Formats: sequence, C-alpha cells, structure tokens
Amino acid sequence: MSTTATPPPKKVNRLGLEVLSYKGSKTTLCAGCGHNAISERLVECFYEMNIEPWMVSKFSGIGCSSKSPAYFLNLAHGFNGVHGRMPALATGAVLANRNIIGLGVTGDGDTASIGIGQFMHLLRRNLPFIYVIEDNGVYGLTKGQFSATADLGSKLKTGVINDLPPFDCCALALEWGATFVARSFSGDKRQLVAILKAAIAHNGLAIIDVISPCTTFNDHEGSTKSYSYIKEHDEPLHELDFVPHFEDIQVEIPEGSSHDVRMHDGSLLRIKKLGRDYDPTDKMSALRVLHEAAEAGEVVTGVLYVNTQKPTLLDMINMVDEPLATLPTERVRPSREALETVMEELR
Amino acid sequence: MSTLQISPAGESTGNAGRQVINDFSIQVATVNGSGSQTANNVLMRSIFQMGIPVSGKNMFPSNIAGLPTWFTIRASRHGFIGRKKEVDFLVAMNGETAIEDVAGLASGAACVYDEPLKLNEQRDDLHFYPVPFDKLVGPVCPQPKLRKLVRNMIYDGVVAYLLDIDMEEMRKALFKQFGPKKIKAAELNSGALVAGYDYAAQNLSKTDPFRVERMNETAGKIIIDGNSASALGCVFAGVTVATWYPITPSSSMMEAVIEYMRRFRRDPETGKATYAIIQAEDELASVGMALGAGWAGARSLTATAGPGISLMSEFVGLGYYAEAPCVIFDVQRVGPSTGLPTRTMQGDILSTALLSHGDTQHPLYFPRCPEECFSMACEAFDLAERFQTPVFVMTDLDLGMNNWMADPFTYPEKPLDRGKVLTADDLERLGGFERYRDVDGDGVGYRTLPATRHPGAAYFTRGSGHNAKAQYSEREDDYVNNVDRLKHKFETMRKFVPAPEIELDPEAAAGLICVGTTHQAAQESRWQLRQEYNLRTSYMRLLAYPFRHELVEFIRRHEQVYIVEQNRDGQLLALMRLELDPGDIARLRSVRYYGGLPIDARTITDSIVAQEGL
Ligand SMILES: Cc1ncc(C[n+]2csc(CCOP(=O)(O)OP(=O)(O)O)c2C)c(N)n1
Ligand code: SF4
Ligand SMILES: [Mg+2]
Repeated sequence: MSTTATPPPKKVNRLGLEVLSYKGSKTTLCAGCGHNAISERLVECFYEMNIEPWMVSKFSGIGCSSKSPAYFLNLAHGFNGVHGRMPALATGAVLANRNIIGLGVTGDGDTASIGIGQFMHLLRRNLPFIYVIEDNGVYGLTKGQFSATADLGSKLKTGVINDLPPFDCCALALEWGATFVARSFSGDKRQLVAILKAAIAHNGLAIIDVISPCTTFNDHEGSTKSYSYIKEHDEPLHELDFVPHFEDIQVEIPEGSSHDVRMHDGSLLRIKKLGRDYDPTDKMSALRVLHEAAEAGEVVTGVLYVNTQKPTLLDMINMVDEPLATLPTERVRPSREALETVMEELR
Repeated sequence: MSTLQISPAGESTGNAGRQVINDFSIQVATVNGSGSQTANNVLMRSIFQMGIPVSGKNMFPSNIAGLPTWFTIRASRHGFIGRKKEVDFLVAMNGETAIEDVAGLASGAACVYDEPLKLNEQRDDLHFYPVPFDKLVGPVCPQPKLRKLVRNMIYDGVVAYLLDIDMEEMRKALFKQFGPKKIKAAELNSGALVAGYDYAAQNLSKTDPFRVERMNETAGKIIIDGNSASALGCVFAGVTVATWYPITPSSSMMEAVIEYMRRFRRDPETGKATYAIIQAEDELASVGMALGAGWAGARSLTATAGPGISLMSEFVGLGYYAEAPCVIFDVQRVGPSTGLPTRTMQGDILSTALLSHGDTQHPLYFPRCPEECFSMACEAFDLAERFQTPVFVMTDLDLGMNNWMADPFTYPEKPLDRGKVLTADDLERLGGFERYRDVDGDGVGYRTLPATRHPGAAYFTRGSGHNAKAQYSEREDDYVNNVDRLKHKFETMRKFVPAPEIELDPEAAAGLICVGTTHQAAQESRWQLRQEYNLRTSYMRLLAYPFRHELVEFIRRHEQVYIVEQNRDGQLLALMRLELDPGDIARLRSVRYYGGLPIDARTITDSIVAQEGL
C-alpha cells in the first residue's frame, strides 16, 4: 500500500507568487546588522501587498545599507549608483517609465553627508518614490566614522565624541516637501511593516528614516544609535494598523481614539492614539513633536506626516500616461512639416 | 562653404578706384546690455539676403550690462566664414574701447564713430566717418527711455549707405527680426535706420574701398545658431528625458530644447507632454538623471560646458561601466568659471574622451556647423543606445552661440536605433538572458528595461564588480573579462562612428587635421598657403572619436601632418598619441590657438609657414 503524501499547498499571495519570489541573494552584511532586518520587512511587505516584483526598481547609493537592495526582490531591476546621488538616478528612471514602483535604500552617510544636496532637491520635487534611510549614525562600509546624523555627544568605539549637531532627515523632509514622513526602528517589526506598507500605498515621496544599528561600529555604550539606547528611548507616537485596499476594512474602533488616513490606492492607515493626540496631516505639529523629542532626548517613531493631496512631479510635468521610454517613433519624432516650418522661419 | 567657386574678378580694379567687394569684416564695438544685438543681426541678415556668404561672431564679456562687446560680421564671396583676423570696417560706439579699437586697425581700414569721440584725431591713415548719434536719435525716438536701444539702428543705416547695402533688404531683415508681434518697435527702429542712411547720404563722402554687391550664394539657406540646431536635432531624434543645469554657453541650447519641445512634442489629442525636462540642482544631478533615464529606456539628454563636465566625471564613469546610455552635449568654452567663460575653446577634448576613474573611454562627435549639430544629435542617440554608453557631442561657444548660415536641415529618414533591448516576449522565447554576455561578438550585451513584465527580466546594475550574468563578483578573471569586453565594444564603435572628411592632394607632402569649428579657418588657411606660398596640402576633418582607420592611412601618406586645434596643450594630438605607433607620431606637428576667440586662418598659416621653414 503505497500512498504518495501530497505536499502541503505552497503559500502564495493574490498574484499566485510565493514569498520566495520576493527574496534576494544571501546577505553579506554583518550578523545582527539592522539593515538585514529592514530587507526582511521589505520582502514581507511587497509580498503581502501583492506587488508584481518586476514592476519595482531598486536604487541605492554607496554604503552597507546601499548594498542591501541585492538582498531582497531579486525579480526587480536594481541600480547601485554612486555615493550620495541615488535620487538623481531614481528621478531619471521614474520619469522615463512612470510604471516603475521606485524604491530607494540609502544610508545616513549616503543621504545626510555626501548626498544632502540631492536629498533636499528630491524633497522639493515630490517624486513618487519610496526612500528608506537605514540610519546608524556612522559610515559602516568605511569602518565607523561619524555621519551627519550622529547625535551631539555620541561616542565612537575609539572614544571620539561627536561635537557637531545632527541633521534630522525627518525634519528636513517635513520642511522641504515630502508627502509621507515616518521614523521607525529596525527592531520594531510591527510598526515598520505598517509604515512600509503605507509608503507603498502612497502616491508621492515617502521618506522613512529607520534607525538601524550598526552592530560592528556603533552598538556600544555611549552610542545613541545602539540597540539598547534605541530600545530605551523609543517613543512610539501611536499604534499603526494598515488595512490594504484589497481587504475588508470593517475594523471596530472606539470613537475618538483613532485617526484614519485614506491612502491613494484606497488602503486605510489607521492611527491609534497612544497617550497624546496626534494628527499626522498637520505639518506644524509634526515639526513641534520632532523638536520636543530632540530636546527630551527621545526618539519618536511612527508616521509623522501624510499629505495625500499634493501633486507629484509627474502631475506637474503633465506627461502622457504611457512610459516615455517605449513611446513609438511617430510619437517622439515630429513630422516633416514641423521641420519645414522651422526652416522657413529661419530663411 | 569652402567649395564655392573662387574667381579673382573684382578683387581690385586699379589703385585709385580700388574696390573691395564682398570680402571684408565689419566690427561693431559696443557695451553689452545696450541692445545692439538686434542691429547687428539685422546688418548680418541683410547682407545674407543679398546672396553674399556671411558669418557673425559675438565676443561678449561675462557680465549682464556695461562691459565692452564686439560683434564681427564677415562677408566673403569666397565663402570663408571663419573669423578674419583683420578688421576692415569698424563701427566704434564704445568710448571705453574706442582708442584701442582704432589703434588695432590696419592702414586703410574704415571707421564709423560717435562724433564726440573725435577718433579722427587718432590716426591719419584710416577712412573716418563721424556720426552725431545723440543728435540723430532725438527726432526719431520721442521716448528718452528707448533712445539707447534705437540709437543702434542708426549705425545700421549709416553702414548701409557706406557699404551699398540695399535698404529694402535692411527693412526686410529688420521686420523679420522683430517678428509679427512687435510691429510698433520695428517701425520705430525703421525710422532710425532711415535717419542714419539719410544723414550719411547728405554728410559723408565715401572714401574707403569696401562695398557689397549682390550674389546668389545664399538662396534657400537659413541662419541659425548651433545651439538651436543641436536642440532641434535632439527634438527630432526623439529625446524623451532632458536634464540640465544652466551654464554659458550651453544654456541657450536647453532653452531652445524647451521651446521646440513645447511646440512639437505635445500629444495632439491630450495636449500632454511626450517628454520630461528637469532643471536639476547641479550637473551631478543632471547627468545622474540622464543616466537613470537612459538605463530605464528613455532617450536621455543633458547639456553643459567644461565646469559641468568636471562635475559629471564620477557619474560618467559609472555610466561607462554599468553600460547606461545618455547623450551629453558639451558646448566648450574657456574655463574655469572665473576664466573667460564667454570665450570659445576646444578645451574638453581630452577630458571628455577619458572622463572619470579607472579605464574609461567615451565616444565623441565633433560637429562643425549647424547642419551637423542637427544630424549628429540624431546619430549620437542611436550610438548611445546601440552601445549602451554615454556619448558626447562636442560643440563650442563659437558654433553654439553665433549665428551661421546653413543649408536647411534634412529630415532624419533613418528609423531610431533603440539598440539591443529584450522585451517580455523575447524573454519568453529565449528562456532567459545574461546581461553582460557578448553574444554577438561586438562587445555589446542584451539589456532589459525595468518594469518589463516578466520574471526573468530583472538584473542588478552596478559598476565593474560583476560577472557576465550581472552577479556580484570581485574575481580577477571576471573583472578582466568585463573590462576587456568594454574595450572590445569601444573597438567595434570605430566602424560605427562617421568617417572623416578627406581631401587628398596627391602632390602634397603636408596634411592638416582638425575637428569641429577649426574647419572654417583651416580650409581658408589651406587656400592662403596655396595662393601665397605655393604650398599644397591635404586635409582631414575628424567627425568622431574613437578614430577610424582613415586617420593612420592619412598620416602615413604625408611627411608632416599638422594637428590644428583651439587649446594650449594640443589635446587632440595627445589623444592620437595614446594609440598611434611611434613612427606615425613622429610625423605629427601641432598648430594651436588659445586666445579665446574663434581661430583664424592667418594664425594657422603663419604657424605652418614657420614650421615648414618657408
Ligand atoms: C565619492 C565617494 N566618496 C567616498 C566613498 C567611500 N564611502 C563608501 S561608503 C561610505 C559611507 C557610507 O555610509 P552610510 O551611507 O551611512 O552607509 P552604511 O555603511 O553606514 O550603511 C563612504 C564614505 C565613496 N564610495 N565614494
Ligand atoms: S559594518 Fe555595520 S552597517 Fe555595515 S554591515 Fe556591518 S553592522 Fe551593518
Ligand atoms: Mg550609516
């Protein structure tokens, strides 16, 4: 009596894809590096959001963090660019093909040090793009020097104390035009997943600063970006629930204790009050919260700001609906008569 | 233009009544911001309308208003449109420079000047024509505010009388210049034109020999600046993403791109743009965007000048190794930004050819005229996509910002060459692909574009650290194989870039080689060498880098080969040295001009004569 055991059906998402289709190559980053946890969350989110992986394009600059796009979404194109200039590559690519779901992964050095200029101008343009900063306060790949997000007074392994004030990438993003701004911690799975999913659902520039400790160079006593420091000082603004558009969204919530944001794709970002009242559509209060937290030495995490109304760069350019990259000749080469008209004007 | 019939008739007719017809240069000395550009263009255009080959060159300071500016118009019945070293006819409107301007004239030259400057006291071997501009402008221009501008049109009238330019052509040129929307302004200026002419007719007696006479050499031709021609070329090449950061002398090219795109590249039904143009925050961003767009399948463009090229260096290296196409127009000028940014130079030949880190080489196109700005734009996009690499089009300030007469552009008949791009269907059929595998033996792999709906489409793009499958690798053999393939790809390009223009003289022992705008002066110099020194020369104008086999063949046919260029260090020659055999290098001589003005024939002739020991 031989029975062939039928293997249990493989788990797939609504596109019929297994989670394997969202994975990348094996990581070469250090064990315990925060960046690895973020890669794992990205895999989960794109899988659970039923995104066709080949519609995603991954962009990065240079750094340990910028290497990580090789470690998730192997079925997506990737472009590992030059240090601090990933926004330019991404901007060009998304303009060339508006169907691209653009995802950038960068470090605090890549964004706030060498890349601060491109970062600021990306903010102004509100490119539809997901921009994840894996923020560890140091340059991991060049062996642990301070970056421009290192806190005043934070200490390197060598004992050197940082005496320059940090850039707060979220505050910059709020001030200069990003339409989705969040901060999270690589160790907070639940929160990070909700934030990344909301960013995927957002139409506009989503800046997500994820504190992502560098176990090798910045995880010691005296560092303000170590696992233990962040665990102690993490102040979640609220509890987040992300209800995707393809799910039934009848979630019971007691009156007055939550703030719902309807995302571009119809999904719902449900923001449940924790202690203080917080309206993530109010830019001024978001800035205030960031400044107060900095004063108090706290790290506030959560969705700081969402604006679903502001036109994106693509809206402003008023481009055709099809990707520019593949428009046929007759739509990109003006007619013989057009050339003749110009020639006549110049005679 | 050098192919025009050269006839000695009319050169000189005796001494007393000597006339110089259609062969002289006019220089107008003003201050910038005074609105003289309109008057200068009208003057140039009216000579053009009389069928006489003409060129105009603006020499302006890096300043918005108040510093000296010179505009030179050359009429040449021989069709020589390079800069003429000598000024024959000066219009001295700028008190600041007038004395020096007059001192620079050769004996026998003519000079129209603003009467209060009393320039006639400076020399007694010139033909002087004083004109009281301030007195004349009042009656024709009641509004004092406009007088500064309208005043310029008076010298046009005076010059028209003295040179015998048809006033009907002047009026026609003037109305064309102002266009149908500014009829009032055109009429006001027309009054000034006539006032100048009448004053000259009644008060000046012509003593100089210079005059124009109708010819039939410009029929059907157009007048256009190189930057507008480059812009049109890009628009007709189907550019879809264009990025820039303003810098003289490339800004007017991108402004023309914007203008023509708005006119001709909107979807007829929806009115939406079939393009995106971004004014970036700097050249690092503009070239990065162009590369990102090219990588994603757009025909992408950026334009800049030397300082921008320097900033683009790192990204262009990535473009080379990661094999992403884009077209970069380099409108060359003197550098740095606090150098002479408004003067011309062939100053970036070496830096662009080898731009960036490691072993990098990039193809360059060298247009010499507006027609080539247009046609080479189309070719450059094809080459960039065919070879998946950044391509430079090397114009310069002289070509880009000056007005040139040109033949009307030929509509590009060749279909766009989008290169080796695999679609989802191709992938289905092939079952997969390896991004950096040299399948066809030309060094060029097949690529896929992002957002291709196929599980096998994706590949990961990074610099040189990868194998043929685009997998991360730091292995010695993978690296060497990859950069050797890139070298092979560059070798393949030699057959794809346009062949040089060659004129072989079987009796010549000497040859001249140049690129771009040096052509005009080089051809005139060959004529001078033949006429004045009985020295026959062959000629080769390179249209592109990498050099093709014709270069070595040409060098070996001649004893001495003069590489003529507009920079101090002989950059074109240095580029040749990198690949030629010592025997061939030994035949090379260098002729260089680097004063910031367009090179002139006399300078070349003098240098060759000295080196030939004539
Ligand atoms: C133009 C340039 N300058 C310097 C470097 C060297 N470099 C490589 S990574 C890096 C810092 C990366 O820091 P960060 O972005 O914070 O990434 P992390 O490694 O910490 O994740 C630097 C300075 C470079 N690659 N390119
Ligand atoms: S050095 Fe730091 S940032 Fe880099 S991989 Fe290791 S832990 Fe991560
Ligand atoms: Mg870092």
